[in-house]
Amino acid sequence: MDRNRLQHQVACMRRSLFDQGYLDEPFIQLEELQDDANPNFVQEIVTLFYTNSARLIQNIEHALNSRPIDFNKLDDHMHQFKGSSSSIGAKKVTNECTVFRDYCSAENAEGCSRSFQQVKQEYAILRRKLEVYLQMVRQAAVSQTA
Amino acid sequence: MSSASSSAAWKSADSVPDQFPAGLRVLVVDDDPTCLIILEKMLRTCSYEVTKCNRAETALAILRENKNGFDIVISDVHMPDMDGFKLLEHIGLEMDLPVIMMSADDGKHVVMKGVTHGACDYLIKPVRMEALKNIWQHVIRKRKNGWKDLEQSGSVEEGDRQQKQSEDAEYSSSANEGNWKSSKKRKDDEDETEDRDDTSTLKKPRVVWSVELHQQFVAAVNQLGIDKAVPKKILELMNVPGLTRENVASHLQKYRLYLRRLSGVSPHANNSFMNPQEETFGPLSSVSGLDLQALAAGGQLPAQCLATLQAAALGRSTAKSSIPMPLVDQRNIFSFENPKLRFGEGQQQLMNTNKPINLLHGIPTTMEPKQLTTSQSIGNINMQVASHGVQSSQNNSALINMQVASHGVQSSQNNSALINMQVASHSVQSNQNNSALMQMGQPQFARAPRLPLSVGQPIISNGIAASYNPVPQSSSMLNFPMNHASELPGNGFPLGSTPGMSGCTSKGTFQEDFNSEIKGSVGFMSSYDIFNNLNQHKPQNWELQNVGMTFDDSRHSNSLQGNLDLSQSVLVQQGFSSGRMSGQNRSAAVVSKAMFSAGDSTEPGNLLNVSQHLNSLPVDNTIRVKTESVADVNSDNLFIDHFGQEDLMSALLKQQQGIAPAENEFDFDGYSLDNIQV
Repeated sequence: MDRNRLQHQVACMRRSLFDQGYLDEPFIQLEELQDDANPNFVQEIVTLFYTNSARLIQNIEHALNSRPIDFNKLDDHMHQFKGSSSSIGAKKVTNECTVFRDYCSAENAEGCSRSFQQVKQEYAILRRKLEVYLQMVRQAAVSQTA
Repeated sequence: MSSASSSAAWKSADSVPDQFPAGLRVLVVDDDPTCLIILEKMLRTCSYEVTKCNRAETALAILRENKNGFDIVISDVHMPDMDGFKLLEHIGLEMDLPVIMMSADDGKHVVMKGVTHGACDYLIKPVRMEALKNIWQHVIRKRKNGWKDLEQSGSVEEGDRQQKQSEDAEYSSSANEGNWKSSKKRKDDEDETEDRDDTSTLKKPRVVWSVELHQQFVAAVNQLGIDKAVPKKILELMNVPGLTRENVASHLQKYRLYLRRLSGVSPHANNSFMNPQEETFGPLSSVSGLDLQALAAGGQLPAQCLATLQAAALGRSTAKSSIPMPLVDQRNIFSFENPKLRFGEGQQQLMNTNKPINLLHGIPTTMEPKQLTTSQSIGNINMQVASHGVQSSQNNSALINMQVASHGVQSSQNNSALINMQVASHSVQSNQNNSALMQMGQPQFARAPRLPLSVGQPIISNGIAASYNPVPQSSSMLNFPMNHASELPGNGFPLGSTPGMSGCTSKGTFQEDFNSEIKGSVGFMSSYDIFNNLNQHKPQNWELQNVGMTFDDSRHSNSLQGNLDLSQSVLVQQGFSSGRMSGQNRSAAVVSKAMFSAGDSTEPGNLLNVSQHLNSLPVDNTIRVKTESVADVNSDNLFIDHFGQEDLMSALLKQQQGIAPAENEFDFDGYSLDNIQV
């Protein structure tokens, strides 16, 4: 594909990710950290995030399903997950985490369950979008060198 | 300023100041892999040398292994194996490095915790690169403050012999403080090992202020009255051949500093021996310093413990963000400690003035700021107060009083918490000792009407009373803290966690008592006693276990390291005194550790945690006496860390080898009298 077009598409998608609130400032920091020494830094971080956060998601699930619910622990797990997702700039995901934590501190199990569904949904959506985006980025990079 | 050493600190290969801050050696700790990698990359981009690790224990191990290998530490608050604040405390005590905390949590409470625990900064996640670019400022600042502290306190250098020598120089030119400062600085910077001749016209052979000697000194001071205690007269009273007026003068200066810390007043305010705050010590007033003296005299241990406590208090009193200070002070304190234990005079004053027992406070000093700051504001105050000896709040003093009183209430022996401790320690025979500690707490409460303790008796009685019997006095100590929610920390027990101790004994028993913040204080006492006891009886390593308390070891997850650290600070103090006893320290250390553990439900023996936990500890959990872990090696560590790392380390190593290492460290030879300006 034409390199310029590819680059243009990458730029457009990137902008929409930000405009639609999927990504935030920290993601830009990641992009800035990418350099010749780490040419795939962003991709690596995103992959690392999704790999590790899977475990955190499981912890939350487990805590939510246990009876009685230990809200402190639940909050703890979510706090961890939130910290992780915020570090890559996953804005919508992080926002849902905040909603969840509010329910958690209110010890509202029902609310926690619902908001957790939202968290997972945003988490999955972002993952797909990033996959597409990063693939485009790779293609554009390849096309550039070609 | 030690710019030379500062730049040397940067790992940059050539230590070229120009490159600074490039090459800054950073240790970053975060359990989240994503954050960790991002941080590492950001720091590398700032041209720093980065080492990352995902566990607090690992971080501590790395730091310990390579004491001078890092300039700054960045740590997450929320970590699974150890609370970030605990790590913060440990690092502050052991390595005295600047520590930056990070968290996604930006709640005021948590940030405050960072401040109180001594973090030099607090970053909110996600961390931006801009925030990391300037972290080098904390390194410089800490160094600057460190020097300043040393100069101002005139106390022993941070565990550096050379500094001691510089103190000699200081002493010599006592009339010219400026000289001292500059010479000290120069000395530090140039790493000289000998006194400066130009200023050390009065250089004298270093006098070792042994426990006995210090006790004699304190007795003389008490006899004369702190206000009237001038070196010449003290010297005459002491009648020790070979001791010079200068020796006494410098020792007196240190002693005054120590007292100042305890009471939070300037050293020159001789009038108020202890805290100016007069609490209703009511019951205590009856207790005279004599008791203490007797106690102190009766057993070295107690004195030592007190000394340590005092030392701790002294050390702590600085309560500055710069950690070095406390350590330094502690060293100095040690020398004073023994006499302090005596209390004789101090106690009286305390009693009379209702001043809280500063001594007790002293101990936790090192730990204190960290510990207390946490959740328990009161605790903090207490603890800090303890060290300083100043009771900022009524509670504190009350706490102290209580402690003291509690002891006194119970019986003549109780006079002061300290006394009790001492008493307890002496009388405690292995298990009994422990219980004595505990007991102290208990009986006292019942008896000490004045004690504000909310819980009063039950606390100790629950766990402790049952288990112990023998030394009622000590129990009062324990009780006291426990009950007294507000008082807590003041005790200055480094053990702070001790309250936990009480908790430990009966996992469930203390619950009600345990809540009180006093825990800190209680813990302290008990630990203190334990040490004594342990030492006395023969350390079984974990005499704590024997202690009637039902410590729940299960907790000590960490282990020794964790516990040690905290305990170290505490123990150091105590260990110090016990160290002399060789072996006793261990127990004490252990005990203190236990104490710590007790306090800390989540962490093993962190004093700091203990104080924090006090509030939130569910009685059951908190009391884990980590005795086990502490027992051996740890105890050594405990002691050692407080004192300059080098010294402590050697002490520790020696201890581990079965030598009585602490002796050296703990001996008062640490500071040279000559340095002290009269």
